[in-house]
Amino acid sequence: MKPTRLILVAVGGQGNLLSSRVIGESALLADVPVRMSEIHGMAQRGGVVESSIVFGDAQSTIISDGEADVLVGFEPSETLRALNKCNPSTVVISNLAPMSPFTVTIGSGVYPDLNNLQSLIRAKAANLIAFNAEVLARQAGNILSVNMVLLGALIQTGKIPLTEKTVKKVIKTKTKKAFVESNLKAFELGFSMAEKISLNILGRV
Amino acid sequence: MHKLLTGQPGLKTLLLGNEAIARGGLEAGVAVATTYPGTPSSEISLNFFQISQESELYFEYSTNEKVALEVAAAAANSGVRSMCVMKHVGMNVAADALLTLAYVGVRGGLVIVTADDPFMFSSQNEQDNRYYSKLSGLPMLEPSSAQEAKDMMVDAFDLSEQLQLPVIFRTTTRINHSTEIVSLGDLREPKTNGDFKKDPFNYVTVPAVSRNLHAKLLEKLDKAEKISENSEYNIIYGEGDWGIICNGVSCNYVFDAVKDLDIENSVRILRIGFSHPLPRVLIQDFLKTCQKVLIVEEGEPFMEETVKAFAQEKGLTLSIKGKDDDLFSRLYEYNPALVRECLAAYFGVDYTPRTGVDLSDIPEIPQRPPSLCAGCSHRATFYAVQKASKGMETICPTDIGCYTLGFMPPLSTGDFLICMGSSVGTSCGFSKVTNKKVISFIGDSTFFHTGIPGLINAVFNNHNFTLVILDNGITAMTGHQPHPGVDMKALNFEGYARVSIEDIVKAVGVKHVSIIRPYRVKKSIDTVKEALMYKGVSVIISREPCTSFAKTLKKPRGKPFFVGEKCKGHRDCINDLACPAFFIKKNRVNIDPVLCSGCSVCAQICPEHAILPLRDKAV
Repeated sequence: MKPTRLILVAVGGQGNLLSSRVIGESALLADVPVRMSEIHGMAQRGGVVESSIVFGDAQSTIISDGEADVLVGFEPSETLRALNKCNPSTVVISNLAPMSPFTVTIGSGVYPDLNNLQSLIRAKAANLIAFNAEVLARQAGNILSVNMVLLGALIQTGKIPLTEKTVKKVIKTKTKKAFVESNLKAFELGFSMAEKISLNILGRV
Repeated sequence: MHKLLTGQPGLKTLLLGNEAIARGGLEAGVAVATTYPGTPSSEISLNFFQISQESELYFEYSTNEKVALEVAAAAANSGVRSMCVMKHVGMNVAADALLTLAYVGVRGGLVIVTADDPFMFSSQNEQDNRYYSKLSGLPMLEPSSAQEAKDMMVDAFDLSEQLQLPVIFRTTTRINHSTEIVSLGDLREPKTNGDFKKDPFNYVTVPAVSRNLHAKLLEKLDKAEKISENSEYNIIYGEGDWGIICNGVSCNYVFDAVKDLDIENSVRILRIGFSHPLPRVLIQDFLKTCQKVLIVEEGEPFMEETVKAFAQEKGLTLSIKGKDDDLFSRLYEYNPALVRECLAAYFGVDYTPRTGVDLSDIPEIPQRPPSLCAGCSHRATFYAVQKASKGMETICPTDIGCYTLGFMPPLSTGDFLICMGSSVGTSCGFSKVTNKKVISFIGDSTFFHTGIPGLINAVFNNHNFTLVILDNGITAMTGHQPHPGVDMKALNFEGYARVSIEDIVKAVGVKHVSIIRPYRVKKSIDTVKEALMYKGVSVIISREPCTSFAKTLKKPRGKPFFVGEKCKGHRDCINDLACPAFFIKKNRVNIDPVLCSGCSVCAQICPEHAILPLRDKAV
């Protein structure tokens, strides 16, 4: 199986480690070779958390610059920061709800304009699927389910070798009981949002 | 039951490298495990700590790595399989014990895990601990994946008992923090009871004994080399005239690169997993069949130096390269593309690097550095010290823990740091040769780890500085591990005593000891001022539980605060405290009620008294 390389970037506390766990468990269930690597040294202190996930026949667990097939950004400025991992055929999925870093609060940085950010990514990557995942998470009944919303969108693109059915099964069995319902709802909302956006891009709506 | 205890043999499960290492220990029947926590090794011991609550395993968080190794060394010399886990720099602390333990050896298996951190994701240096195997004369194993880490751990224990030597098990961050599908093996019942047989002429390392023991160690090393020659961890893959010698995670990048470059039919790969002593004959035979050889190893040219020496012995003049201006660097970690490029360059393979996207027009993205948590008591302590020392010329040696982050603006407290415990020792030197006021900072766990000898030194040699001990009741940075000052009863753990920092400080002879509760801002500033005036060694213990640990324990939190209408926008709260709960909206300061822990420090320093508890907000 040809390798597929996926990068997830998030701010500490956004739950990207859970989503990579779900992806890993799904791959195990579907008998897809998978290897993952995480950098979470200072995540609890509000830093950036990056996971790399490699499916298929490769032994490396990390992804070099320019070599991600898919990038999922849990926060728009972090998506932009991770663009060094992308190439012109990379599909990018991004949450559009900003979490302004503290450097902006103290005036030592300026948060990028969201429209400009999107057009930059669109111009460079193969495709950008961007929406406010926080709104959908809230709609699903748990603001912390942004990770599941984005996971739904990721699976919809068909860019990684995992099916909707497998991932949902893992969400049911491997995430905390109290959150299974909202997690599934969040996953579905993300999935259909990505579907809507892709139909729009293809001009069918 | 813990998942590492329940997994049936043959089960394929998703494991973090560190979980696989812990499972490997259990499959080897480890009975005693000791550690001082440190990234990237921490999850190994966290799992052992949990497992020890529900199994025969004895586990302890020792005060430092030296003590941890001594505890494990004694258990192993009583015939009990033991494991000692640390991050790479911990090995420096344990080195005194390590180098003579190598002479004495072990009876039961002892495996020492050192987790190196190339690129320094969360460390102060990226030293290559493979040199400790050479320095101590101990055998070393290095896994390349999580699965192999688990399997190799079982063999490491057998090897240790076969050679009667501790075995160094060396990983890097990308092994510890990679997750893979791992197939489990059989668990082995640990033998928890040992016996120590007196044999002072082999155990008490006076010069006359050690002279014999050193010779014995060299004999054992010869035996180890023979095992290394035939080890299943030193294997040759493929056929071809070009040779590659690699270890650890680099092997994965090599295998992927060889496939990507389509040179599988030209390359032979010697994968080294048993890396000290290196298999001399195997390597020399390998070199003889190669036209040229590239050595792919992160860190220092550890294998390269020896391989070149092996070639010289046989009069081989083929090109052997590794660390080179045009190839690999001694800096940072490797990655698949880098290894691919170096392979292509060295072997002269046509290769067009994949192009990424043009990043030249990306606007500057605001940095997102890690910071002290909202409501962190360290912030309050730094603020109090800043205010109390206003107008003084100060030097502030700091130490290793969350509070190291205090060196960043606006707290800007932290001027010098080299290692665990260095705040205290360096304070002695700074205060002796400068005319500045020295105020140093050390965390509670770090104080127990290596801070105490420095303080005794300061008292004895009559130095002049103020030491602030930041006592938040837990080892916070590495994920809330206990230390000797922790109230274990309150955390529902039986069988522990508690050591008082205050008692220690007084007992070593510090004459000026004060305690502050940093959330009481004014009182803290006054107390600090007084301590700073003292000529000699003064200690301030700043005591407040870690706010992030309190959150984990689901302790009741203070009511969050909000910024009321009286705010005139001085922004002292943001400019002096920089608590991440603050944010600016429509040019007004706001507090995120989800992040705010209700510590009230900002409310106490607001010149307009505009910051109020949320309960008072008129609805």
